[in-house]
Amino acid sequence: MKKLLLAALLGASLAGLGAPAVAATPKDSLVVAKNIDDMISLDPAEVYEFTGGEITTNLYDGLVRYDADDTTKLVGGLAESWSADPAGRSITFKLRKGVTFASGNPVTADDVVWSYARVVTLNKPPAFIFTQLGWKPDTVATMVTKVGEDSVKISYDGDYSPDFVLNCLAARVGMVVDMKTAMAHEKDGDLGNGWLNRNSAGTGPFVLKLWKANESVVMEANPHYRGKAPAMKRVIYRHVPEPSTQRLMLEKGDVDIARDLGPDQIAGLAGNDKIKVETYPQSAVYFLSLNQKSEKLQNPAVWEAMRWLIDYQGMVGSFLKGGFEVHQAFWPKGFAGSLDDTPYKLDVDKAKKILADAGIDHLDVTMDMINSAPFPDIAQSIQSTFAKAGIKVSLMPGTGSQVITRYRAREHELMLLYWGPDYMDANSNAMAFAFNADNSDDHYASSTTWRNAWIDKDLSEKTVAALKEPDREKRLAMYKELQLAVQQHSPIINMFQNTAQVALASDVKGYVQGVTSDLVFYRNVEK
Amino acid sequence: MPARFLRRLISFALTLALTLFGLLAVTFVIARVVPIDPVIALVGDKAPADVYAAARAHLGLDLPLWQQFIIYLRDVLSGNLGSSSTTGNPVLSDIAHTFPATLELATYAIIVGIGLGIPLGVAAAVWQGRWPDHLIRVVSLFGYSVPVFWLGLVALLVFYARLDWVGGPGRLDIAYDYIVEPWSGLLTVDAAAAGEWDVFWNAVSHLVLPVALLAYFSMAYIGRMTRSFMIDELGKEYITTARVKGASEARVIWRHALGNAAVPLITVVALSYAYLLEGAVLTETVFAWPGLGSYITQALFDADMAAVLGGTLVVGASFVALNIFSELVYAWLDPRARMK
Repeated sequence: MKKLLLAALLGASLAGLGAPAVAATPKDSLVVAKNIDDMISLDPAEVYEFTGGEITTNLYDGLVRYDADDTTKLVGGLAESWSADPAGRSITFKLRKGVTFASGNPVTADDVVWSYARVVTLNKPPAFIFTQLGWKPDTVATMVTKVGEDSVKISYDGDYSPDFVLNCLAARVGMVVDMKTAMAHEKDGDLGNGWLNRNSAGTGPFVLKLWKANESVVMEANPHYRGKAPAMKRVIYRHVPEPSTQRLMLEKGDVDIARDLGPDQIAGLAGNDKIKVETYPQSAVYFLSLNQKSEKLQNPAVWEAMRWLIDYQGMVGSFLKGGFEVHQAFWPKGFAGSLDDTPYKLDVDKAKKILADAGIDHLDVTMDMINSAPFPDIAQSIQSTFAKAGIKVSLMPGTGSQVITRYRAREHELMLLYWGPDYMDANSNAMAFAFNADNSDDHYASSTTWRNAWIDKDLSEKTVAALKEPDREKRLAMYKELQLAVQQHSPIINMFQNTAQVALASDVKGYVQGVTSDLVFYRNVEK
Repeated sequence: MPARFLRRLISFALTLALTLFGLLAVTFVIARVVPIDPVIALVGDKAPADVYAAARAHLGLDLPLWQQFIIYLRDVLSGNLGSSSTTGNPVLSDIAHTFPATLELATYAIIVGIGLGIPLGVAAAVWQGRWPDHLIRVVSLFGYSVPVFWLGLVALLVFYARLDWVGGPGRLDIAYDYIVEPWSGLLTVDAAAAGEWDVFWNAVSHLVLPVALLAYFSMAYIGRMTRSFMIDELGKEYITTARVKGASEARVIWRHALGNAAVPLITVVALSYAYLLEGAVLTETVFAWPGLGSYITQALFDADMAAVLGGTLVVGASFVALNIFSELVYAWLDPRARMK
């Protein structure tokens, strides 16, 4: 009967009668439209991409994690409690009792020790979050140890503030993997890496059912989850690369959430009472940087003049509306220790005077930029305002990997790019924007400072000092000082911080999206 | 007979091998000289120096270019196309997954394209310079000049979002996903074989728009070429002779003229089909269709060379196969080609 009905429906449709089909997502499933082409891995020891990151967040738990109800708060995950010993450079965690993995295996101290050592041994891109604590493949066994059936002690090498260490452990690499399950699928000594890229072995509210590259991801509720069982039996990501298509699917009810809508699509949804739009501050900072390999960009007067030649407010008020806010420091707003003053605005006369005083009447520069939104618009705005003070900018658009290739080789002049923190501690961005240990070509670093060949000994030392400061308030004040120094006197001009605008079917409740992709939570979603 | 057949077979095999080798060599060199670092796609932008170096060595990028190529060829010959750095899968399994999606789309599109294009072309030629010809020209021209991206979105807006006549982007509705075990990868075929008619009809409803769109473009091309071939043929003396002999107009047009015009048309059709198989990237993007075109494009942007080369190989092989196929049909249609 159903088949007949469908056939009839289709026949009617094709005949142009337009019988309305019932398009709705299943009641117990949440369907998310998103561009997921950035996904490379789903193994907590390897995943480093936005989409993969938010998915693993829902599959695993760490000892500590940020709370779904208040994402700025660090709470116990698999750890019930912990005690820090700054003098002894160690933290001891007590595990929560009775927690099991999705496989049914109990979570033990061995799983934690193994998971941490695994990250260091595999040494995938995000492993540095752990190795910076002094954990090396041959030392991690002595630095992360089991001190009882339900206790784990971790030691670190360096006078780090325990706050910093906890923030590192709350990063994705700190997620605890079910050792027995993963090792049952080990191949060629990969510690289960290959298998974990397509499967999950965690304690999170969901388990991974399926990932078809550039097509879909399916997560199902974990029956062994320690918290309240998720209302959604299934969370499904559909790869929809085109934002206009996402909007149509949301309006049609074929998806519940559209994640990548631009200002145009968002504006088009106004007045549709079946859809709501929510705005979440995000953690990426967008900046313009000046490569100090280029002689003409070494003059601090040029740095200063360019700061006054960007129409921050104008951009945020027009084409960046809803997606960005003005933020002129390297640590994003909403995080502890951020510097939220925005002293710079477009002032062509001031910039002209600064350049004239420095004896510069003309400057010809190139600007590398990614050729997808929002960069082309920002670049063109900068190009036109720079021109008013005699700075001629030639744009060099390229794909993401093309631009990054030149950036890594330090071949650019101006670079328009963004940066997201790797873990939620101000040290993550201070290392990128203030610290540079060695500026030589063979001392490659991924920091914004090194890539723009800028080194400031004093700021580098202050960055190290802030990392060691045990007093939380003092420490945050030190980061503010660093941000101020970079804001006022550096070849890096921070301009914006992004915000995510997410469109949801109005019956979807409980969706949580925090400042980073580690903080997208589906477990409280109801509809 | 067998000797000639064998000779032909060997020559086909040689053409295939040479074409694919040339294609791979060129793609390989281009891929290696573009200013994109393939390691970034693998380890990400922020990887520390040692992780980066290890990945680079793993990809064999430290070796001289010719050596890299030889290693690649050796792997290909043993059936190993490598792993894609963007999807993390073996390229072979990616292609086994994306190519059928494109194949399904392209095949239906070319069938519709031929079915409409040839009659329209014939009509335009028969009524050359009169209103059917003008009308058909306008319709073809529109199909030729309108950006597919725009037309796709408008079609979605009208037929999917507003009128609700067809399925939306993607190959299936969520509710029908994962019901049918993939066998051929062609959803309509798999669903029909499994007797899952709900899934079948849902797949059809998702196919309607992209197929119509692609069919429209190939129809425009095939129609225009049919028209010009037919005009050529209709002006020839044998047509006059046939008419003088009293053959009916239908017989003159469909049997005599089209019969001869069909020979060059085969090439046109084969080319349009091959073009569709390459993957219509923009159509695939608008309709969120996980096909070969978007796979190769995505891989290209990330300098994911294993995937680009693998995809190119498949596209190249389908070109050669279609060429061979059209040559066979050619021989069957044209007695002169058979004689040679």
